[in-house]
Amino acid sequence: MGPALSSYESLYRKFTQEFETSGQKGKIIVQVGSATCEKAAGSDLVRQEFAKLIQASGRKDILLKQTGCTGRCAREPIVGVFIPGQIPIKYESVTIHKVQEIFQQHVIGGKPIASLVLDKKTETLYSYVVTICSSNRCGHETARDTQALLKKCLAAHSVPIDAVRIFHSGCLGLCPKDKVGKQHVMMVLPERAIYRFESEQDLDEIVQSHFVNHRIDIKHQIHTDFITEQFFSLYGDVAFFNKQTRLTLRNSGLIDPESLQDYLLNKGYEALARVLVQNDPAAVRNEILRSGLRGRGGGGFPTGQKWINAVTYTDDPIRYVICNADEGDPGAFMDRSALEGDPFIILEGMTIGAFAIGAQMGYIYVRAEYPLAIERLEKAIATAHANGLLGKNILNSGFNFDIEIRLGAGAFVCGEETALIYSIEGKRGQPRIRPPYPTESGLWGHPTVINNVETWANVPTILLYSADWFSRIGTKKSRGTKVFALAGKVKNTGLVEVPMGTTLRDIIFDIGGGLQEGRTLKAVQTGGPSGGCIPAGLIDTPVDYDTLADIGSIMGSGGMIVLDDEDCMVATAKFFLEFTQNESCGKCVPCREGTLRMLEILERITEGKGEMADLEKLRRLGKLIQKTSLCGLGQTAPNPVLSALDNFQEEFLTHIRDKSCPAHKCAQLITYEIDIDKCTGCTLCARRCPVSCIAGAPRQPHVIDQSRCIKCGECFNVCKFDAVLRV
Amino acid sequence: MHADTASRLDADILEFMDACLQKEHPKSYLIAVLHKIQQRYGYLCQSHMDQVAQHMQIPTAIISGVSTFYHFFRLQPRGKYSISICLGTACFVKGADKVLDAFRTELGIELGETTPDGLFSLESSRCLGVCALAPVVTINDKVYSKVNAKQVPELINTVKTEERV
Amino acid sequence: MKDINLIIDDQPVVVAENTTILHAAEKLGINIPRLCYHPDLSLEGACRICIVEVEGYRNFVPSCATPVSEGMRIRTNSPEIRQARRDLVELILDNHPRECQICERDGNCELQNLAYSLGVRERLFEGRRKLYDIEKSSPAVIRDAEKCILCRRCVRVCMEVQGVTNLSQLYRGVDTVVAPAYEQGMDESVCIACGQCINVCPVAAFLENSSTDEVWAALADSNKHVVAQIAPSIRAAIGEGFGLPPGTPMTGQTVTALRRLGFDAVFDTNFGADLTIVEEAHELLKRLKTKERLPLLTSCSSGWIKFMEHFYPEMIPYASTCRSPMSMLSVLLKTYYAKRTGIDPQNIVVVSIMPCTAKKFEAERREHQSPDGYPYTDIVLTTREFIWMVKSYGIDFARLPEEDFDSPLGYSTGAADLFGTTGGVMEAALRTAAEKLTGKPLVDLEFTQVRETRGLKEASIEIAGHTLNVAVANGLNNAKTILERVKKGDKTYHLIELMACPGGCIAGGGQPYPPDGHYVLDPEIARLRAGALYRIDEAKTVRVAHRNPFIEKLYKEFLETPGSAVAHKLLHTTYLPREPKGIK
Repeated sequence: MGPALSSYESLYRKFTQEFETSGQKGKIIVQVGSATCEKAAGSDLVRQEFAKLIQASGRKDILLKQTGCTGRCAREPIVGVFIPGQIPIKYESVTIHKVQEIFQQHVIGGKPIASLVLDKKTETLYSYVVTICSSNRCGHETARDTQALLKKCLAAHSVPIDAVRIFHSGCLGLCPKDKVGKQHVMMVLPERAIYRFESEQDLDEIVQSHFVNHRIDIKHQIHTDFITEQFFSLYGDVAFFNKQTRLTLRNSGLIDPESLQDYLLNKGYEALARVLVQNDPAAVRNEILRSGLRGRGGGGFPTGQKWINAVTYTDDPIRYVICNADEGDPGAFMDRSALEGDPFIILEGMTIGAFAIGAQMGYIYVRAEYPLAIERLEKAIATAHANGLLGKNILNSGFNFDIEIRLGAGAFVCGEETALIYSIEGKRGQPRIRPPYPTESGLWGHPTVINNVETWANVPTILLYSADWFSRIGTKKSRGTKVFALAGKVKNTGLVEVPMGTTLRDIIFDIGGGLQEGRTLKAVQTGGPSGGCIPAGLIDTPVDYDTLADIGSIMGSGGMIVLDDEDCMVATAKFFLEFTQNESCGKCVPCREGTLRMLEILERITEGKGEMADLEKLRRLGKLIQKTSLCGLGQTAPNPVLSALDNFQEEFLTHIRDKSCPAHKCAQLITYEIDIDKCTGCTLCARRCPVSCIAGAPRQPHVIDQSRCIKCGECFNVCKFDAVLRV
Repeated sequence: MHADTASRLDADILEFMDACLQKEHPKSYLIAVLHKIQQRYGYLCQSHMDQVAQHMQIPTAIISGVSTFYHFFRLQPRGKYSISICLGTACFVKGADKVLDAFRTELGIELGETTPDGLFSLESSRCLGVCALAPVVTINDKVYSKVNAKQVPELINTVKTEERV
Repeated sequence: MKDINLIIDDQPVVVAENTTILHAAEKLGINIPRLCYHPDLSLEGACRICIVEVEGYRNFVPSCATPVSEGMRIRTNSPEIRQARRDLVELILDNHPRECQICERDGNCELQNLAYSLGVRERLFEGRRKLYDIEKSSPAVIRDAEKCILCRRCVRVCMEVQGVTNLSQLYRGVDTVVAPAYEQGMDESVCIACGQCINVCPVAAFLENSSTDEVWAALADSNKHVVAQIAPSIRAAIGEGFGLPPGTPMTGQTVTALRRLGFDAVFDTNFGADLTIVEEAHELLKRLKTKERLPLLTSCSSGWIKFMEHFYPEMIPYASTCRSPMSMLSVLLKTYYAKRTGIDPQNIVVVSIMPCTAKKFEAERREHQSPDGYPYTDIVLTTREFIWMVKSYGIDFARLPEEDFDSPLGYSTGAADLFGTTGGVMEAALRTAAEKLTGKPLVDLEFTQVRETRGLKEASIEIAGHTLNVAVANGLNNAKTILERVKKGDKTYHLIELMACPGGCIAGGGQPYPPDGHYVLDPEIARLRAGALYRIDEAKTVRVAHRNPFIEKLYKEFLETPGSAVAHKLLHTTYLPREPKGIK
């Protein structure tokens, strides 16, 4: 398969030349997000406004580009302004009204607007930004001290401290194998110089050269094409990002997702080309096995083992690969974001997987609720076809492989692999008993490997940088990174990719920025409706497959919902059970009937009709459903309830015994009363009450007729004098 | 807006089915065909499903089983504006239930129903993956983020105003 | 095949590779409770009742679906398993009507039996229950979704055995309901009324549309002359309803029971069967001569006929135009018999005891009504309904003396008895055809090539220089197979016997639920019931239909010759393509 390399190289050359001749180099780039969430926040209007201004200005050196989602969802739309030689600037919550200002002052005038910068951390504008690895995941004991050390050195050399902005970053994945845990790494912008140092002496030399003599310190500089470099160089100055290690999301929010050129120039398809040149499917399977990559969709089954199984049990020559993009967990959106932000990486991963197991056909099963992801995938597939990266004779190697998109239609259970297969076959998505596993008998009875979006996205990277490199990131039994969708009561909601083993505290407080003012963390819900509620006391738990399982939750696909003191755990447990009960396919008795009964009990409890015996019934049903359900959906359905019972039993008891909801969430357990001392008799509440149960003459204290009150809370919301009490 | 429900399926949909029949595992395209029909006519009516059954040689019981299993498929015509409230976790935690209640009161209909004037129908959806902007409401294809109950009357009025124009 | 050693409840057992735990346990005499499992249908694994505990497994495993492996240690009755099974059955019961005492299947219900044997003595989790109306649009099969426990046996039998696929699960989760497409009525659907859904249902979610009230009323009406006819297969199965082993022939007792119930006369559908053979053989010989419209497809099975009309309208020209034996006899009862006895046919009530639910549909067809608009067959009862009437009346059936049918429409040859089993119509037809073709009495009467209860049989039979290519199919998936072969045209078939139910009428949709030790659709029951019919045939002196002396007399007095105009008018019928069109 020698031709594969030259085909790849000529493709690469073609795109490089196009890049050079298009004159993008050296131009000012204005980059606007274009994922579903960005669009929901109004990014389309922002982009149109920039386009208008650029055209009106007549400037040919300003390029407007679109990109996927960076994961900073709460601050969207995000606009990047990249002026050559300057520190890249990202603006948050850009509305069309701000476009004019940004364009005139910064794009044209070259002066960033500090007040609009992402996270508003840049009150002053710095000369340098240093991103310094402070991850001690590698066991580096002094990693956390490097910032102080750098400050000391800078001070020693009289570099003005407000000229340099220093950031801690997460693991950059840059240490050579034999130096893991011994070296420090830092990146200095705007020069994008990366330095590696071991001692204070080294650091001193770097500071002298770079910050005093304004010369790159060649002695300590490393030249690397490390995969997260571009990400860090553009986003490393933002606290939300620099604690992350972006492997699968490295291109999301950086490249134009519809541009094969962008993907290729960022090492895209290099892994596939190498694999095809090497022409050893078994070696690919083993490399994935050695990397320790585990399925990112839920169960965490070793991916390499799955691939090996697909070629072991039968010699059936027809095989399939499937990308499970039926992201159904309510509260998880990493797959959507990945598909919208970097569709080619999925195609490349699947193509490599297909080569490794000898599959001729691949399917991407994606939710119909994700129209933009579907559109991007369709475009990417067409582009890959046109460039010999899909279809017959891929990169002239003789390998044939094609990908088709199949749409889901709103059934959470189709995330389960046997149900997913039935759905692709055009049937009701009801799981079947395993064995046989899909690797033995899957789609249309042929061996089939199903991996989810994030798993496939890891594949090219592993083959590019080797299993050894990959297995250095993460923990012993959980290698690599994991993407989490951070949502709920946290400041920086969004997508987060961190090395396995990062603590919940790091994710929620360092990256997520903690909770809203005045609120306290109550629990973290991970794993969606299959997971559990982790109490605040356990947030120093490093997150990987096994630790989460140990504390009664699961990794799942990576949903992470932060709950605060205003959230009721009984209501939250009920919410998840309502979800699974609604999504139960109805096939097996325990899941179909059992979840209904559990839900009824929870409804009783939240309505103040619970009995003490109900807790035991919940446990008994929960165990029954776990131990006897047919598929994973059923087996894990009771998890949110059981983990809430284990960790927040007192709250259940309060609901049952005292008929009260401490979080004031359960409507039936709330009473609204009017404080006659505060009530001015303004009549607003009486007028707004939908059932007219508030009586009182104007300017006289009002009274609520409790027997007719429907606990809608309207009076509480409208009262301007805090006279309505919620008890 | 909706075509005569008893009508024959549009030619391009019949052609799409023909194309599917040429492929390997033709019956696996059933869901794709149903998607196309719903996109065109807004929902799946019995007459159209009967035509699919004959055209693709799939028993109607199977088609009916599939169309009722997947919640994305609608078996009743929708209002001109379909309001869908996301009830995913993030939206729930951020008060989607209150938003839903506001729509209920404001429109006077329950989930799954359509207003008598045929203008609005009210639905809930699973997570749309826009969790960070919760709570999220979609009206037809337009996504509204960080919606609170108080904005609901205004949202409806905006649509009504646009409708009049 | 490799042997696998394992231990179940501390007892070692050796079984072949790929055996399931359920079957391995059976080998040790351990009967693991089960519900959705059916040996002849695809694996469902949904009820979870057959779960067992396997050492080293986190969860309980369904024994019906889990193959054994070397060294497995299994517990079938640990306290945890017993509680789990009890709870599962309670969960099913909790969503099931609390009306066992007034249910058709009280005392004969798999769910009730399980609840008792697994010790469900209280309700711990009861809450909301699903509510549906009973769907009674079809004269044959009624559907009571409220009782359905979603085991999917009916869906599987309808698709996998009958190839009809009229039933599917609709919606999902707790809203799941088993119904025809769009929840339409059974009479608006492609349902062929065979009643196999009733047979396989563990509860009473499917039942025949009962007609016993009408029979009681007719019997009590002194102005009515109420006559009965019983189908060939009834005599071989009815005893099971009274605790007798399958395959105990009970012809005489059945006649006696009918008289005690108050029937004015009791006739034998067998007479209609003999007549059918005479007409059908005539039709066959005619077609063989002209080489037109071959193969001839038999028309006795009303389920098959409805199937043809929905699914194979293009085969209608090939079907025999003969009415079924039941309808032939009913026509004679309202014409020939009415004339002979001088009773106004409007006052004759013909009650047919049939193994079949589709016969209820057949009786209502317009084609089977007189030109004056009254039905030839007034009421059809299934074997089950009839057994209930006998019991309800307090008749000690097993100890009844044997009586003879009324004459002359109660006399039949051995050929007629065979109609009750698959291959029987074929054998009866071949006997007559052979004699007609050779012009000589047949010495060897038994065509064993077409016996066996297998689903599809083909044979080439040499008679007087003719080679007759015949085929016998039971279960409509097999009918599909043979019809597709016919359509392909690789081989010329001359006569094909088709019966809707697997095994033929002896395993019809109206036959008794299986007795202890047998399961629904058990081929062993079909074999035993068929055995009874073969023994009855063997014991008769006249075993060829056209030599039934009363048939000869009937032609002389009334019908002229086989295929005559009057025979055509009275004994033949027509078929029409039926909507909705079935998908093959």
